[in-house]
Amino acid sequence: MSTLPASQREILIATIADLLDGVRTVAVGASSPIPAAGAMLLRARNEQRGRERVRVIVLGSREHNFFTNGSFELFDATAQGRIDAFFLGGGQIDGEANINLVGTGDYPTSTVRWPGSFGSAFMYYLIPRVILFREEHSPRVLVDRVDFVSAPGSSEAIHRTGGPHALLTGLALFDFDKETKRFRLRSVHRGGSAEDVRANTGFDYDAPEIVPITPEPDAETLALLRGRVTAELAECYPQFAETLVADRAA
Amino acid sequence: MGDIVSLEQLAAQVRDGMTVALSSDHAGVAMAATAAILANRPNNLHLVCVPISGMQADMLIGEGLVGTLETSAVTLGEAGGAPRFADGIRNRAFTMKDATCPAILAGLVAGQKGVPFMPIRGIIGSDLLKSRPDWKIIDNPFAEDDPIVVVAAIRPDIALFHAPEADRFGNVRIGRQAELAAMAYAAKTTLVTVERIVETSLLADERSAAGVLPALYVGAIAEAKNGAWPLGLAGEYVTDTAEVARYARMARSAEGFAAYMKGFAQRFEAVA
Repeated sequence: MSTLPASQREILIATIADLLDGVRTVAVGASSPIPAAGAMLLRARNEQRGRERVRVIVLGSREHNFFTNGSFELFDATAQGRIDAFFLGGGQIDGEANINLVGTGDYPTSTVRWPGSFGSAFMYYLIPRVILFREEHSPRVLVDRVDFVSAPGSSEAIHRTGGPHALLTGLALFDFDKETKRFRLRSVHRGGSAEDVRANTGFDYDAPEIVPITPEPDAETLALLRGRVTAELAECYPQFAETLVADRAA
Repeated sequence: MGDIVSLEQLAAQVRDGMTVALSSDHAGVAMAATAAILANRPNNLHLVCVPISGMQADMLIGEGLVGTLETSAVTLGEAGGAPRFADGIRNRAFTMKDATCPAILAGLVAGQKGVPFMPIRGIIGSDLLKSRPDWKIIDNPFAEDDPIVVVAAIRPDIALFHAPEADRFGNVRIGRQAELAAMAYAAKTTLVTVERIVETSLLADERSAAGVLPALYVGAIAEAKNGAWPLGLAGEYVTDTAEVARYARMARSAEGFAAYMKGFAQRFEAVA
């Protein structure tokens, strides 16, 4: 059986599935096809391997969202500790994992204005495993200090049960160290180098002397992703599912 | 209560200076009613997006009818950023009250319960707090060393949304979109457009009654077939993504926006 190598997107999806390992319930916000695919991949793989069941909630989906209490339910379930993992992004992410979804320049008259903070100023505090995901890896996104803190990476002397777990970009994977409040480079995806990461990151971070390449999905994982998961994605992300198929042909 | 009226009569109830709660794109947005409201040009509206908005808020902003915008985000989803919103921010066209989704929901719950505020986790340390004098940090009165944010109750003058159906008694089926009920409970009155009006009471069937907003909360209902277009309505039709993308492209410039809105108004005039 000849298997085409994983595309860049497939590597990201499989990395997310690995980052989610061990979670029981994972929620995915709207317009987040790669995180949704990663969560669905973990669900499918655990099922195939006879491991613990994973519940996936994809906002904006009918098929993959069992909530019946409207917009309330994600936030209420989160506040009770029922959701183990979630994804956040940001127009800017800084070295202390503060995130900015509002805009650049002097608030409120932002030079560049993004949609807004959504649920971040709540979810980031209360979800144990928040994965920061942003495909673009550049100094304009990964900045030394965000212009506006939609939600801080860490807090002192307040009730906080959640926060950043990792930062995944199109180039690399970082872990977040809650003690030092710094990112540490874990791996670089195929085709990139530790130097590329340093040159394209606007904040300082720790790194091992030899930076490994991000592991590529095994044949079982890739088969699930290309089969069941692509079919599941098509319900809520039809265009993205087509893109995944097109990637393989390219 | 629950009067069945024409779309124009419904739209006429939105007047200058009112606080209007709007539903998010997936929950049923009253777009046909928005066209009718735009024709009346009520000014200085205070929009409360529950908890985010898209094209609807962008259009009201672009038409210069918004004095205050309270929202957790304005986005056109896959079509990208909301261009009139971003332009309005740059030009300080309205007062911006940036929020986070559960804080808006908590404010509505306080409104629904008739209490002055509601506590909510998170938020402390976010820059959102700096520009929200209506959000404060208090000490948890039941525990030591537990600061917590409280948000002021939100009591909109009007809640506005689009739903699949109402019965002729004024009850409205909202299904699993429970935040629509919270909007209605908190608001002084609720205006609803629906795909259709049915003869049988929606409360008659025990299997579906729980997903129904009773007429008690509903001020007026107007029938508007495809009333969420170009947005979708769960269980009825999907978003016309090509049309939303066309809006996103045209609304990038003031001229393009004006041209789009002219066509938008004409389309609804033709239907009415």
